Amino acid sequence: MFEIVIGLEVHVQLNTKTKIFCSCPTSFAHEQNTNTCPTCLALPGALPVLNIEAVRKAMSFGYAVNATVNQRSIFNRKSYFYPDSPKAYQISQFDVPIVEHGELFLDLEDDTTKRVGITRAHLEADAGKSIHEGAISKVDLNRADTPLLEIVSDPDMRSADEAVLYLKKLHSIVRYLDISDANMQEGSFRCDVNVSIRPKGQQEFGTRVEIKNINSFKFVKAAIQYEVQRQIEAYEDGYYEQEVYQETRLWDVAKGVTKSMRGKEDSADYRYFPDPDLRPVLVTDEMMEEAKKIPELPDAKVARYVDKLGIKHYDAVVICAQKEMAYYFEAMLESNIAPKTAVTWLTSELLGRLNKAGHDITESPVDAKTLGTLVSKIEDNTISGKGAKDVLDYMMESDSRDIDAIIDELGLAQVSDDSAILAIIDDVIARNQDKVAEYKSGKDKLFGFFVGQTMKASKGSANPAKVNELLKERLG
Amino acid sequence: MITLKEALTKSKEELAEIKTEIEKLARESELNAYIGFESSGEGVPILIKDNIQVTDWPVTSGSKILQGYIAPYDATAITNLKKNGMMAFGRANMDEFAMGSTTESSYYGITKNPHDLNRVPGGSSGGSAAAVAGGIAIAALGSDTGGSIRQPAAYCGCVGFKPTYGMVSRYGLAAYASSLDQIGPITQNVEDAAILYDAISGHDPKDSTSAEHERVSIAANLDGNRKLRIAVIDNYIEAASEAIQKAYAETVKALESAGHTIVHKNMQNTKYDIATYYIVATAEAATNLARFDGVRYGRRAEGSNLSELYYNTRSEGFGEEVKRRILLGNFVLSSGYYDAYYLKAQKVRHLIRDEFGAIFDDVDLILSPVAPSVAPIIGSIHDPLDMYKSDMYTIAINLAGLPALSLPVGKDEETGMPIGLQLIGRAFDEQKVFDGAYSLEQTINYKN
Repeated sequence: MFEIVIGLEVHVQLNTKTKIFCSCPTSFAHEQNTNTCPTCLALPGALPVLNIEAVRKAMSFGYAVNATVNQRSIFNRKSYFYPDSPKAYQISQFDVPIVEHGELFLDLEDDTTKRVGITRAHLEADAGKSIHEGAISKVDLNRADTPLLEIVSDPDMRSADEAVLYLKKLHSIVRYLDISDANMQEGSFRCDVNVSIRPKGQQEFGTRVEIKNINSFKFVKAAIQYEVQRQIEAYEDGYYEQEVYQETRLWDVAKGVTKSMRGKEDSADYRYFPDPDLRPVLVTDEMMEEAKKIPELPDAKVARYVDKLGIKHYDAVVICAQKEMAYYFEAMLESNIAPKTAVTWLTSELLGRLNKAGHDITESPVDAKTLGTLVSKIEDNTISGKGAKDVLDYMMESDSRDIDAIIDELGLAQVSDDSAILAIIDDVIARNQDKVAEYKSGKDKLFGFFVGQTMKASKGSANPAKVNELLKERLG
Repeated sequence: MITLKEALTKSKEELAEIKTEIEKLARESELNAYIGFESSGEGVPILIKDNIQVTDWPVTSGSKILQGYIAPYDATAITNLKKNGMMAFGRANMDEFAMGSTTESSYYGITKNPHDLNRVPGGSSGGSAAAVAGGIAIAALGSDTGGSIRQPAAYCGCVGFKPTYGMVSRYGLAAYASSLDQIGPITQNVEDAAILYDAISGHDPKDSTSAEHERVSIAANLDGNRKLRIAVIDNYIEAASEAIQKAYAETVKALESAGHTIVHKNMQNTKYDIATYYIVATAEAATNLARFDGVRYGRRAEGSNLSELYYNTRSEGFGEEVKRRILLGNFVLSSGYYDAYYLKAQKVRHLIRDEFGAIFDDVDLILSPVAPSVAPIIGSIHDPLDMYKSDMYTIAINLAGLPALSLPVGKDEETGMPIGLQLIGRAFDEQKVFDGAYSLEQTINYKN
């Protein structure tokens, strides 16, 4: 009955070493107000100088999302007073951003994709942090002038789930590009959501409400769901005009509601104009060529995994969603193991164990090379799959990465030698003449019994395929 | 007073004596040109306008709102001074935030004209010009956004030079209007101006608008015998007083007698200069001065909440003219007015630049009045528009980013006040401006 329309604005903190307009370090793990200088403190006479690294990172994002990278873009002054904004204007790109007209693709549950347009991405300086302690407010300017890339989507998303998929894809892309730490909790990947509803079939958009201050994918979903419900109820009750107007709302985590941040009366006039302290950003052809050299991105990786490695689309999407996971997987393949086996050992065996321990792939105690080597030991029949799981369990708890030594220590070496297995088989047959007779009289099911007895007698070390083969010979 | 050129030949001990003497004279002076006697570095003492940052100095732009502020760094112009045998000595009075033409709006009181204590020294670099003309400074630094070096130099009878935009770093100059501001010298003669300009000029990676243009010493190549084509703008001088027009006519004759070729030109867009300037300058100023909010430094007025803190700090801290320009600037940038004012002003600015460009296709220099009259009596300007109109000959030069040098050419017979004219050059052609001025100075032989 209603269609939900969502557009997202994401502020990505770029991981340059220094700030966007001065040479102060961008790390905040320092005492408050120490990573500052005349420029980021906005002392009289101090001037901004653009950090070209921020421009390069913005450009590589542009190429990653098939966007236009403008060779000439402009920085503006955006005026507003707030104690954590030392200049009382933010330097930001307005009418001519560095990146425009891009796109990315969402991986929907039914294995299809959906295109979402990226209106623009522009560079700007971050503000400092306000710290409110009762009646006292403090300002920390370590973060002031940290480079941000604000990425604005087209209003193309139609559900909270799509919004989350968009964010996850964007997050994945900026991580692959290594242009941001993109940590939502720490605020290096911040999201504002624009939500409206309209009756299905209506062409015009409804009234857009902006929700700020959402710091996890989970809250994005919850905030949208709450806001959509609020708007639909207002519509159905006949109070849409009165209750839904263009405004900024905040997501209240504790109460699980969105609430009005400022009324429509005092909508801000930012009085943008080109910053006379900075010349237009001119990007050389060389920089353009350099910025086009970007790593393989998730969509291309998924396609390659499916086409060239024969992996299931679903598995490929899961592995490629996280850069570290994909790189781990690719490093496993260097041990010349079958890709499908590698998928199983990565996604079921390793991740299963990591999840139990509350770790993610970046915290894995076993590196990709080691796991790849372990899997190769199954493939060359050195150990059984069961034995390999024991080795992995062992390594999760120990520092030893000498797989051969562990196999010896645990006595897991697989016996594939015909004579050794035959000796065990003969012994099993000798001890179970009655069962042999039953088997020979047609009780085929007993074959499993002999396999089990042989494996048991070999303490699990016999190669099961060999055991099968030789037992068939012996039992006739 | 000893010239800069000569002072640069003196020993450390001799300079120490000279500095002591200057301080003594300045402290006894009635001009109120100095508002502080701080010193920094070693060498020939140069007086510094109160909007140029010097480490550990109170630098206040002549404003109440910056009382208590101590600058933690040197402006690049100061760093360059110190590298060239000079030091910063004393803070020169100025119109608050360089917004004025009389030096009457300073928190530190009015500076007086050394030729007549009832008259203003001009502004905004009035303290710098009054001190140099009044024999209490060897040379000074000023800043020029719409004439703030050239006009006080003309009013006081000394030399003032505004460099091509970008030739002197703005790093460390408290910004009034970023696309117009330039630091420049105020000196006793043309050669000193060249020496001081050479010292402070240079590309600066800390200023994104700094020109990468090669710097060749102007003083070392100063040539008063170079013959130049100099334009006079016939329809430009009508607005000037009779005394100024007379001095102008005599100067034209002097230039001809010195062997220069005079070419007659007209300019069409001059009537837009003032409106364009007061839109561009105030828009930039409104944002440049937004940082003075009482939160981090300077004078804070208390308030029971954040809005009150801002409101009280800025209401008490800024003077009337500064507030007027902040309001004007915010108005022209406001939603709905931006296109009609700011954008249009930017277009007119291009027309102004192009018109100068067309004239410079044919000539080397333009001769122009600096102000339409001599220095007015203190307190005589009541309507801000009258003050804005007095900038009519200087502001277009800033809008076009050109170099221009103001030098004294004579005195008004009625008042005895000095009259200055300016020579305007092509962008980055400072050498011709100085050569022409050097020639004119020698031909006219003005005595203060």
